[in-house]
Parts: sequence; C-alpha cells; structure tokens
Amino acid sequence: MNSPKNILLMSRRAPYGSSAARDLLDIALTCSVFEQNVALLLLDDGVLQLLANQDPQVIQQKNLNSLQSSLSLYDIEKIYIDADALEHHGLSHSELHIPVTLLTKIEISQLIANSDIVLTV
Amino acid sequence: MIFTVVVHASPCQNAAPESALRYCKALLSAGHTLHRVFFYRDGVFNGNQLISSPPDELNIMRAWQELAEEHSIDLVICIAAAIRRGVLDATEATRYERDQTNLAEKFNLSGLGQLVEACILSDRVITFGGQG
Repeated sequence: MNSPKNILLMSRRAPYGSSAARDLLDIALTCSVFEQNVALLLLDDGVLQLLANQDPQVIQQKNLNSLQSSLSLYDIEKIYIDADALEHHGLSHSELHIPVTLLTKIEISQLIANSDIVLTV
Repeated sequence: MIFTVVVHASPCQNAAPESALRYCKALLSAGHTLHRVFFYRDGVFNGNQLISSPPDELNIMRAWQELAEEHSIDLVICIAAAIRRGVLDATEATRYERDQTNLAEKFNLSGLGQLVEACILSDRVITFGGQG
C-alpha cells in the first residue's frame, strides 16, 4: 500500500455558472474514499462556492451547502481560500458557512509547491 | 517517470485535447510511462465514436485510439460525466433504456476512483482544459 499523497484540488469558478464546484467535490469525496490527504483551494470566483445561505433552487440547481457541510465527515478539513479574492468580492470570513483557512499569495504558492498532485477544475 | 494525463475539454471547440495528445506522445517518446488518460467533464466527448471530422482535419477520437493501440494506453472516461452527456456503451445504454450507443472502442467507462488511483500511482498528473 502506497503512503497517502497530498492531493490539492483547485477551483476558480463560481458555484452555479458551471458544474466546476460540484465536479470538484466529487473528486474530493473520491480522494477521501481512497484515504488520501486531500485539500481544497478556492481562488478568484471560487470563493463564492462557500457562501452561506445559497438558494439555487430558483434556478433549478441543487444546493451545494449540504454537500460542503459533509466534507468534515469525510475527513476533508483542509479548505483554503485566497484572502485577496475574498476581499475582492467584499466578503468576510464570517459569510462562509464552513471553517476555512485564509491564505496570502505567498502561502498559496507554498501550498501548491508542497502538494504531490494538483488537480484543477 | 510515470505520468497520467487528465482531459477536461471537448474536442473541436477547444485545443486542449490536441495539446494533451501531443503531450502524451512527447512524454512517451522521451522514455516516460503513461499510466492512463482520464477524461472528465466535457472531456468525455473525446470518446464519441460519431465524431465525423473533415478528411483533411485531425480526428481526435481516432488519434486517441491509435495512441492506445500503439502503446497499450488505458483510456478511461468518467462514467458519471459520460452518462450525463450521452456518451454510452452497451451496458449503460441498456441500464438507461437507450436505443443507441456511441462510446468508441479502446475507451472504457469507469469511476472517478480511476482518477484517484492514477494520482496515487503516478509521479506527475497533468490536467488539460481545466478551469473551463
């Protein structure tokens, strides 16, 4: 059995403009099933994926909040947000519905450099 | 080194699949191993056997088949993404009560576990057409 790898999943996309957010979560959950060390990194519009109180039913989309809330049950607790992107959108930490870690650009570079595998969606 | 290539984009409209194909050929000719090509999201359309390119243009589906034939490459299409987009083999066509199949030979439908397994076994995993 290989030792677990550090797999970083990155997304820059808003939650309902494309399937990116959902597709990213599907990879994350599969990584967890394979007992890998998985981390999520949300950049640019991707920070909007974690906004609390989403109401996508009016556009016939499934709410991502409940799936995101279940990430901790899959031992996916490393969720990183680009602090600049959050500020760019005029948002604060408290407006996101699950615990995240804010990173600077330099810290993001280090996170990517320290990951074994980086997948973008 | 062991590589896996991931393709997220459909052919025709996006250059990413052709770039991925050239990348695969380059790494093989440099002596590396290609563990798998995994097609996710709109990348599943690479395995649509009904793709009918003009004769003077590259037919990417056939090019993937030739690569698989020549180098015994595992071409895996994400089954959930494929079913959503109507890329079906006989088993799935029966399951979803469809009259037609269109999955090209040499491509196999399987789950995201094949992507994660490839991440575990590969030294490098390179995504083409991500962030689309």
